[in-house]
Amino acid sequence: MAIRQCAIYGKGGIGKSTTTQNLVAALAEQKQKVMIIGCDPKADSTRLILHTKMQNTIMEMAAEAGTVEDIELEDVLLTGYGDVKCVESGGPEPGVGCAGRGVITAINFLEEEGAYEEDLDFVFYDVLGDVVCGGFAMPIRENKAQEIYIVCSGEMMAMYAANNISKGICKYAKSGSVRLAGLICNSRNTAREDELIMELASQLGTQMIHFVPRDNIVQRAEIRRMTVIEYDPTCQQADEYRMLAKKIMDNKMFVIPTPITMDDLEDLLMNFGLMDEEDEAIIGKTAAELADEAAAAAAA
Amino acid sequence: MTSIKEQHEKMIEEVLEVYPAAAKADRAKHLGTSDSSCTSSCITSNRKSQPGVMTARGCAYAGSKGVVFGPIKDMIHVSHGPVGCGQYSRAGRRNYYTGKTGVNTFGTMNFTSDFQEKDIVFGGDKKLAILMDELETLFPLSKGISIQSECPVGLIGDDIEAVAKETQAKTGKVVVPVRCEGFRGVSQSLGHHIANDAVRDKIIDNREQEVFEGTPYDVALIGDYNIGGDAWSTRLLLEEIGLRVISQWSGDGTLSEMELNSKAKLNLVHCYRSVNYIARHMEEKYQIPWMEFNFFGPTKIAASLTEIASKFDATIQEKAKQVIAGYEAQWAAVVAKYKPRLQGKKVMLYVGGLRPRHVIGAYEDLGMEVVGTGYEFGHNDDYDRTQPDVKDATLIYDDVTGYEFEEFVKKIQPDLIGSGVKEKYIFQKMGIPFRQMHSWDYSGPYHGYDGFDIFARDMDMTLNNPCWDKMTAPWLVEKDELKKTA
Repeated sequence: MAIRQCAIYGKGGIGKSTTTQNLVAALAEQKQKVMIIGCDPKADSTRLILHTKMQNTIMEMAAEAGTVEDIELEDVLLTGYGDVKCVESGGPEPGVGCAGRGVITAINFLEEEGAYEEDLDFVFYDVLGDVVCGGFAMPIRENKAQEIYIVCSGEMMAMYAANNISKGICKYAKSGSVRLAGLICNSRNTAREDELIMELASQLGTQMIHFVPRDNIVQRAEIRRMTVIEYDPTCQQADEYRMLAKKIMDNKMFVIPTPITMDDLEDLLMNFGLMDEEDEAIIGKTAAELADEAAAAAAA
Repeated sequence: MTSIKEQHEKMIEEVLEVYPAAAKADRAKHLGTSDSSCTSSCITSNRKSQPGVMTARGCAYAGSKGVVFGPIKDMIHVSHGPVGCGQYSRAGRRNYYTGKTGVNTFGTMNFTSDFQEKDIVFGGDKKLAILMDELETLFPLSKGISIQSECPVGLIGDDIEAVAKETQAKTGKVVVPVRCEGFRGVSQSLGHHIANDAVRDKIIDNREQEVFEGTPYDVALIGDYNIGGDAWSTRLLLEEIGLRVISQWSGDGTLSEMELNSKAKLNLVHCYRSVNYIARHMEEKYQIPWMEFNFFGPTKIAASLTEIASKFDATIQEKAKQVIAGYEAQWAAVVAKYKPRLQGKKVMLYVGGLRPRHVIGAYEDLGMEVVGTGYEFGHNDDYDRTQPDVKDATLIYDDVTGYEFEEFVKKIQPDLIGSGVKEKYIFQKMGIPFRQMHSWDYSGPYHGYDGFDIFARDMDMTLNNPCWDKMTAPWLVEKDELKKTA
């Protein structure tokens, strides 16, 4: 069977790397052969699998050796929990250079060096926050990830990002085989979160593939640089990731997303009480001005 | 019979026929005929070239590094980015200079930060800082450095200003960061402007507070790039009429003379297009008047010398008269020798900067006629300045495409074409004599009375070269002759 290549996108800080690694650990538990490719200069996509702070990244090694042609695959491709293959693209410190180019260079290197072995079942790309430039769209170009999962929560900006990423997918879906495969709700315990994300998913033409509840055991495992699957295989949260893994293994729903307009998104948020009805009268008024108006109204 | 103007307009229409509607509408605005009753509005210029056509234009980096900064001989010009931009433009413009290359002058050398993949990803400014140190160690006699940005630098946001500042603080030598990324603007023209701004900000006022023993006859010669030695033959004439050239740049130019420019009483501008910005700046800041002049061919030289002299007192004016008279026998002999061989020949030009208008007079002195001319990267003010130099109904083409130029040549059948190296071999293969008028086809200088001699000789040896009678293959010639005898 062909390798299933999946990319994980979502708003910065939403829990992409944590979710990806717990999910991958659950897949490995099911005897799936998986490779994680971290596409983020922070290089924190594999630490829970490898129990390391940060593994050697492709770009870092290339910078040391001179060029990317000077490094060997085994220098950068490490094996961790459950025989999961781990690699990080790496990139510059914030504010310099071009992280996007780092992702492109790293993925080209992996292809040329034959990292995509035939016996792999899954490849997961864990991609930085948003599709900010061409480099970060590299994983969803032709012959790379065909399935995109977006991690989100019931917060406005997370949903806004999910919609934006869907727009990016549309661009590549029309010319290639990349498809939106579902939203993963990484709960922040906001009100009616599951219903809200299910509604957003349906408007985007996709599904909420799983609702991952919030559980502090994830953080406890992270402190030990472990996934919950490895740290405490018997806990409830481990079963949640197993469920997510199972759903992804069985997933057949791959769609070209139907991104919604800003107005539609705001309507949705208002319906769920996350946003107030827009009051034209208050736009551009300071707190002091509003207080004066209120005082005047009270006096009258 | 239709007028030449109508014929030309009809020809333009026919040539444009092959374009799609949008391209046709755009290109039509760039083509026309000269008309003394109409100003710059006749020709649209300085616009983006159409995609899909062959254009002769360069980029902003070419304008800054190749044109304005490159010839400053005692500075090191670093091409910051991948190796190609610097290497393939190295020493191509024949900007002559005196000095020991690699010791106190660096004009024909290529300095580059030679970007690799990792420099793009992690930023190239660290490497640039190392390069700065190495330059100081290897070339301690350099007077300064300019950092010329290639395209990727503008994308990855290297802080070249910080590196320049740090290096300048360390070595005490001028370090000029130039943001001339190639993708900026529509041609090399923006690169000239960016480079002028960098000269304004980092060089021009460096010595303004210094005490300088001036004379009333101090002038600066700017915008002459000394191609084939042009600036030297220009400078000779200026000195002969009694002026003192205290600053000459950037051809055979030094940083020190550039810094002295603010002490000049008059700025003499050779290439208006590439230095008018700094000339205007100095006019505003130091009240230094500036004027364009033209030293191609005796008619224009005499007119320019007279005009230059008119800005000074009677001694200079008298000397100018003497100099003009003194050279008369020399140039008259040149005209007497070559005019009979060149009389009535038609010339088409397509070059950059100032040449599409400035060389017309030299051709006319030899009895030749310029029937078409155009600028690669001119602006409206260039076309305004061209009008007085051309006859009415001369064909004018802005940013002409390879296709249009070929078609115009086929229809007009000029006797000589003056353009660049990309055009050269195409037209020679069509059997039309050609001169490469960017670098004077490895000849020159063409400026001044001495240059006119060389100019006339070059045009004659190109036009009247016996090879143009041998355009038919020998076996075909024999057949024709056999037919005749039969």
